Order: sequence, then C-alpha cells, then structure tokens
Amino acid sequence: MSAREHRPGSTGGADIVGPHYGGPDDDFTPEQLAAMSREDLDRLGARYDDVEILHVDPGPAPGSPLERRAVKQVGFVFTLAGIFSLLFVVAYIGSGWFLPEWNWAEFGGNGWSAFFTPALGLTMGLALICIGVGLVLYTKKLLPHETAVQGKHEGSHFDRVTTGATLVAGGHNSGLARRKLITRSLGFMGAAFGLMMIMPLGGFIKNPNKGNPLGTTPWKKGVRLVRSDGTPVRPGDQMPGSMETVFPAVPGGNTAADAPTMLFRLRPEQVAAYKPRKGQANFGYGDYVAFSKICTHAGCPVSLYEQETSRILCPCHQSQFLITDAATPIFGPAVRPLPQLPITLDSDGFFVARSDYIEAVGPTYWNRKRI
Amino acid sequence: MARTATAPGAPTSRLGKAAFEIDDRLIVAGPLRRTLNKVFPDHWSFLLGEIALYSFIVLLLSGTYLTFFFDASMREVVYDGSYAPLRGVSMSSAYESTLNLSFDVRGGLFIRQLHHWAALLFVAAIVVHLMRIFFTGAFRRPRETNWLIGVTLLVLAMLEGFAGYTIPDDLLSGTGLRIFMTVILSIPIVGTWLFFAVLGGDFPGTAIVGRLYIVHVLLVPGIILALIAVHLLVLVKQKHTQFPGPGRTEHNVVGNRLFPTFAAKATGLFLIVFGICAALGGAVQINPIWLWGPYNAAQVSSASQPDWYIGFLEGSMRLFPAWEINFPGNYSIPAPFWPTVFLPGVLFTLLALYPMIERKLTGDTVSHHLLQRPRDVPVRTSLGVMSIAFYVVLVISGGNDVIADKFDISLNAMTWIGRIGLVVIPPIAYFFTYRICLGLEQHDREVLEHGIETGVIRRLPHGEFIEVHQPLGPVDAHGHGTLAYGGAPVPKRMNQVGGARRAIRGFFSPIESPTAVEMEQRAEGRGLASAEEQTGRELTTSGRPSEGGRPSDGGRPQEPRD
Repeated sequence: MSAREHRPGSTGGADIVGPHYGGPDDDFTPEQLAAMSREDLDRLGARYDDVEILHVDPGPAPGSPLERRAVKQVGFVFTLAGIFSLLFVVAYIGSGWFLPEWNWAEFGGNGWSAFFTPALGLTMGLALICIGVGLVLYTKKLLPHETAVQGKHEGSHFDRVTTGATLVAGGHNSGLARRKLITRSLGFMGAAFGLMMIMPLGGFIKNPNKGNPLGTTPWKKGVRLVRSDGTPVRPGDQMPGSMETVFPAVPGGNTAADAPTMLFRLRPEQVAAYKPRKGQANFGYGDYVAFSKICTHAGCPVSLYEQETSRILCPCHQSQFLITDAATPIFGPAVRPLPQLPITLDSDGFFVARSDYIEAVGPTYWNRKRI
Repeated sequence: MARTATAPGAPTSRLGKAAFEIDDRLIVAGPLRRTLNKVFPDHWSFLLGEIALYSFIVLLLSGTYLTFFFDASMREVVYDGSYAPLRGVSMSSAYESTLNLSFDVRGGLFIRQLHHWAALLFVAAIVVHLMRIFFTGAFRRPRETNWLIGVTLLVLAMLEGFAGYTIPDDLLSGTGLRIFMTVILSIPIVGTWLFFAVLGGDFPGTAIVGRLYIVHVLLVPGIILALIAVHLLVLVKQKHTQFPGPGRTEHNVVGNRLFPTFAAKATGLFLIVFGICAALGGAVQINPIWLWGPYNAAQVSSASQPDWYIGFLEGSMRLFPAWEINFPGNYSIPAPFWPTVFLPGVLFTLLALYPMIERKLTGDTVSHHLLQRPRDVPVRTSLGVMSIAFYVVLVISGGNDVIADKFDISLNAMTWIGRIGLVVIPPIAYFFTYRICLGLEQHDREVLEHGIETGVIRRLPHGEFIEVHQPLGPVDAHGHGTLAYGGAPVPKRMNQVGGARRAIRGFFSPIESPTAVEMEQRAEGRGLASAEEQTGRELTTSGRPSEGGRPSDGGRPQEPRD
C-alpha cells in the first residue's frame, strides 16, 4: 500500500507494485481483518499455513478448583527452582567466605569441601529440572489442548518442470556441451586444482620406514637395566618368582613407549620347565630372563604376573603369556610371544642389555619383519 | 506513512507498534507465522532425538567453559598443585591443567563432570533415537538422506567423545590412545604411514594431544553442528512422521502447533536434560583422573575400560581370536585389524545402507509418512533385535574382566562365553523376536475380530458359561468384528475404551465430587455400569452382544498410546 505513494526518495509515480498473483492481502481488506476476533485471525492465519485446528480442549475454567490446584503446583515448582538457584549461588560464593573452604584437595578434612561439588550439581540440577517440570506442568494442566492438522505436500510438478527449464537454459546457453575444449580444460583444471588443494596435507607425512623407528628401541649393547628411579639392578636383588619393570639407562629411557621391559627371576622349577625360543637360549642370564612389557596385541603394558602359573596377563584385552614358554601367548587375542631382551652383566656386576631387541616390540604392523 | 491510529487493523499497543516497525524493515511476519503454526506430532519416542540435540547444546556450553582452563600441551611439567599425592610427579601440561581445573577452579570439577556426563548422554540419546527410527521405519523414502546424516552424526559423536576423554592425557586415556593408535597401525599397507601422520612421529610423540584437542573443540563439533542444522532443516522440510491413528494420513500431520504447546514442552525437556546432566555432574563422580595418574607407557590399571560407546570395539578386540595373516616377504595383516577396522567398517556401512537394502529387497519405493509398529514388520524388527543382541554381547565382553572379577567367573570362560555368544545369541534373538511379533500381530487381529475380553462371565439359560466380549466396532452376521487393522494400537482392555469410571481428580484432597463424576460418566454413556443399564442386550454364544456397537468415547478423540 505504502509503496504506491509518492514519497521523497522514490523514483516517482512509475514505481508501483506489480500485480499480485493472489495472496491474502488481496483476499482480505484491512477493514475485514479489523472486524475479526483474535481467535478468528489466529485460525485464518493457520489456514493459510495449511493448518486446521480440529479440536480444542479448553484448559481448566478460570477460578475452578482444577485451575487453582494447577496454578498452585506450577507456582510451587517455579518457586522451588528459584530457591535451588539461590542455594547454588550461596554454595558457590559462600564457600571460603561464610562457609568452609571448598578446595577438596587442600581442605579435604573440613567436611564441606567433599560436599561442594555435589552441592553445586544438585542445586543447579534441581533448579533446571524444576523449571523444566514447571513448564511441562503448565502446558499440560493450564494451556488449552488443541489438536491441529497440517497438510503435507509432495513436490510440485510445476516447480520441477519450471526449475528444470531454468537450469537447463543456463547450461544450454553456456554452450559447454559444444565447446569441448572448455569442458576438457575444466576437467583437467578441476583435477589439478583439487590435487593442489590437498597438497598441504603432506605436512603430516613422516616416513615410518626411515631409520626403522618401529623396529628399534633405546636399548643398545651395554645399556644398563635400571628401575624407574634410575637405580641399576644386580643379580640377587629380586626374590625367585618375582618380576620387576626395568628401563634402559639412557636419557628419556623411562618414558620411551617401547622401552619398558620386565625382568623375571625364575623359580628353580620354572628354570627347569623353561623352553627358550629357537636361537634365543642364551638371551637370559642364570635364572633371569627379560621380556618386553609392551603387549604384542595392542601395545598395552602387560603387567599382571601370576607367578604360581607363570602367566602374565595383559589387562587391556586379556592376552596371556606363559613365561616358562619364553612368553608365548596361550590365551586371548595376542599372536606373537613378547620379544626377549638379551641380557648379561657388566664389569660392575649390574644387568646390561647385550643388544637391542632383535625384533620389533609391540603390535604387529604391515611390514613388520618376522624372525 | 499514511497509517494513523484510526486506520483499520493498525496496532494500538506499544508492543504491537514495535512489531509493525520490525516487520516494516525485515518482513518476517509471514515466515514467523508459518513457523509458529507448524504442527508437530506428539509421541514420547519423538523426544529421543531432541534429547541428543539438547545434550549437544549442554556440551557446547560446558565445553567452551573448560577450554578457558585447559592447556592442550604435552610439555613436561612437574606438578605442584593442591593435590598432595601427585606433587612432584612429572606429567604433561594437559594433565596438569586438567588437575588444576578439577581442584583449583571453583566449580571446575562440576563443569568437567557435567561435560562428561552430557557426552555419555549425547551418544546414548543418538543410539536410542536411531533405534526408534529403525524400528518404526522412519528411515523409509523420502527420509534416507536424514538417515545417512544421522549415521554420520553417530560416528562423529563417538570420535568426538573419544578425542574428548583422551586429551587429559591421564593413564587411562593414554592407554586408550595407545590402543587406538594400534588400530590405525593395523591397517594393511597404509597403517604405518597413517600412524606416523597422526602422531607426527613414533608413539606417543609430542603432538597428539594438541591435535586431538583441535579435532575435539573445532573440527568435529563444527561438522556435527552443520550436520545437525541440515538434519533439522530436512526434518522441517519433510515434516515429521507420525504413528497411524484417527484422522492421520500420509498427507497430513496431526499434533500440536509449535507455539505455544510444542515450544513450551521442548524448552521444558531441554531444561530437564540440562538439569539431569548437572545433577549427575555434581553428585556422581566420573573419570576421577587424579586417581589414574599421568600417562606412562609402563603402567596400566586393571579394569581399564573406555567410555561405553567405545565398549563394543573393546569387546570385539577381546573376543577376536589370535589370527594374524602372514604373507610372504614379511608382510602381515595384524589381528586387531579385523575386530576394530573391518568389523565396524562393515557394521556402519550396513547400517548406513540399510534403507537402500530394505528398499531393494521389499521393492517398496513409495514415500511413507506414517510410521509402522515394530510388530507389523517382523523381519526388520527381528534384524534390529538381532543386531542389538550382537552389539550387547560385544559391549558386555568389553567389560568381561570386571564381570569375571565381580561374579567370580573364570576370565577365560568369559572370553569363550563372548565368542560363542556372539555367534549363537543373535540368531536366537532373531527367532524369538519374529515369533513375538507374529504373536502380537495375531492378538491384534483376534481382538478386532472377537472384541475385548471384559472379564465378565455370564451363564446362558441352557447352562453354558461364556465370557462377554466387547466388540470394537460393528459386527457381521456371525458376530465377528468388521474393523480392519489400520496399523494403530488396538485397545486390549475395557479401560482403554472408556470401560472404567475415570479417576476423581485430586489425590490427597479430591477437588471433584465423586457423585458429580459418576453422573457425568453416565451421561456420557461410559463404563460397564452404564452399559448394563441399556436393557440387557442379548449375548451370542461366543459372548458378544448380538447387535454389537461401540462404547461411546465421549466425543473426545482418543490419543492412541503404545
């Protein structure tokens, strides 16, 4: 309406709205709309959105006991939400002020600090739940329940055909179908361009075969076996039947992921039953044998040693290795025995490695060398 | 403007005037009215997807808070914070900052635990939502796109959760990362290259926590957010499916308009979901990383378990036998490849393609907007239950060491129970589900044909005892109901068709007079008592009133309930 007027800034009388193809503004004059009730307007609008209100179950009658009770309930729940919110605020800012300190790690003994986090959670949680429950109660008990139905339309054939025509017209006018050179150069360009755009991903690539990082560990000939605190190990430090985790005495040796090694001192009957792997009979030293701690299945540290059965269990996927069988897997998903570290004594009488592991420790990979 | 206060329909209130001003500039009245008037069908199972959405919002809010305190760096530091048992221990900066935000940030532990609980709920809600979609056939044409987006969202949510619980760099998550990297390493040919690309070197390197962090807070949440937006847009465009019922067709949606009913209920549900996450986050401890200690390749706790949604992979990894394939020339396919790359690859591909597979097998290419009851599609329902059985065996096996410990069962026996169960239980689940579906289908038909059992026993003049059956609709000459099954729940009890007096409102202090309710019920012709007043109808020998008829429903459309 207003656009038809002559106003400063408009281009003049020629600037008029074109014909509408139907539409509510043509169907209803402002006067007609003004004469309609709010409810009628609501339903009229809904009808234009293809929505029909089938049935309205009015809420409880104003002033009825039903309404009074529902209002009381909703009001109560909202008030409760407010109270819980305030309690959260009090617990949050009051701790260390008029309430005891909240830091559990520092003031674990004062009772309140252990209750601080639960108090925050319960007050905030209950506040939120109360608001939510209040809203649902409000909707269910106080709002009119209407059943509305809205039409659902399949795609319009008219739209498909006309849109298709527009698209095809654009494609046709471009003449790409005829201009073969352009299509071919576009194809070439697209492929090359795409290739260029993924090139920076090359920054992620590291050659896994350079220097055989998967097949080597910090262990070397002459490197001492030390405990995590750095003390070296000598024969007689361990009781027969015991196990100790040892690391290579090199910088960073106790954090290298492939270095952890288990040093076992076998009991006499274990020594008697011990069956070394082929060519590894001299890898142990006396009643001592050392095996990689890294599971050959998924790389977890195998740590649960049951000396009565000579089994060592990986707590991740329950592979079990028999120490007297040179750590061959006897149950679970692991396939290969734990690699054995060849050990001997150095001139000071401490355990040292005779070489690195002769095979890759840890899980199998595609081009892992078998021995 | 030529409008004056006297122009017809011009706004008079201040709010109305403001609204007109806004619409003059933005022209939003039309789209807004269409939005407010949009009809949503109402069923409890339609809230499951909403729960997933709301827990994602909770995750965004709490996660943003956490980023202000978390330092995703693997720089080695020596802890000197307020938690005495770890003082002097060297650890990564990521682990230290997680300790600090748990202990020294006021309410930090609460937000961290809230975040973790919301994450568990997020994936759980997605999974249950997916089951609802599957069992009711909501994925059928035209909704295959949204099914694919949903399956992608599930995978992304799992990845997001994994990245999230890995970045604190504690002993448990470091062990999880070690296993995850083994999974990548196990891929034939490219495994080692991927392993080095992800870690930036050999395990563990110094890059992975920072990389997972940006994956966790930017990359994956961004994709999830975009996919959720598309998921919802497609939903709005295609309109929600609905269960069959009175007045519901393939060409309409019956329910509540967005405003105010649906909006109020949805907001209420959001707040309840938020509230439950908050209550759990405060009151129920989750992932107490200070007990695990910093990651150390030489240490592991027994009963190391991932979050529940990774549990099925943990289980498959435990159950799969020690089968490694060795090729000549030192090439092998490692054992973990089959249970952790191949199996989930096949499972998720089958899941994603299921709508197309079903369409192909049934030849049903028509658009569907009415949902199916699971019993009406026994094969699909049985396939679904079979898959769930398979999944549950895997999840249980993911914690088989804990079960073995708590119930004093041999660990090896638990592994074998899982291995055999994985093969045996799913077909059994299929068989029983199929029979149950058929039984339920038959019972629906029986009630439609013979009527509801009233529990009223009558003695006929010649001495025969019969039970009175209430037909649901008109009956034919033989007294058999003529209503056809329409895919909607069939009432099976007299109460569902108004057989009982309705309860008097007000539990502790009745706010209605019982007599008034009784009178109202009689006037509406409800209840067995009112039926008896209708001059004793003659009963047939099979116990149906000879002239049939349907109890009045009081003129009120009854919402079918499952």
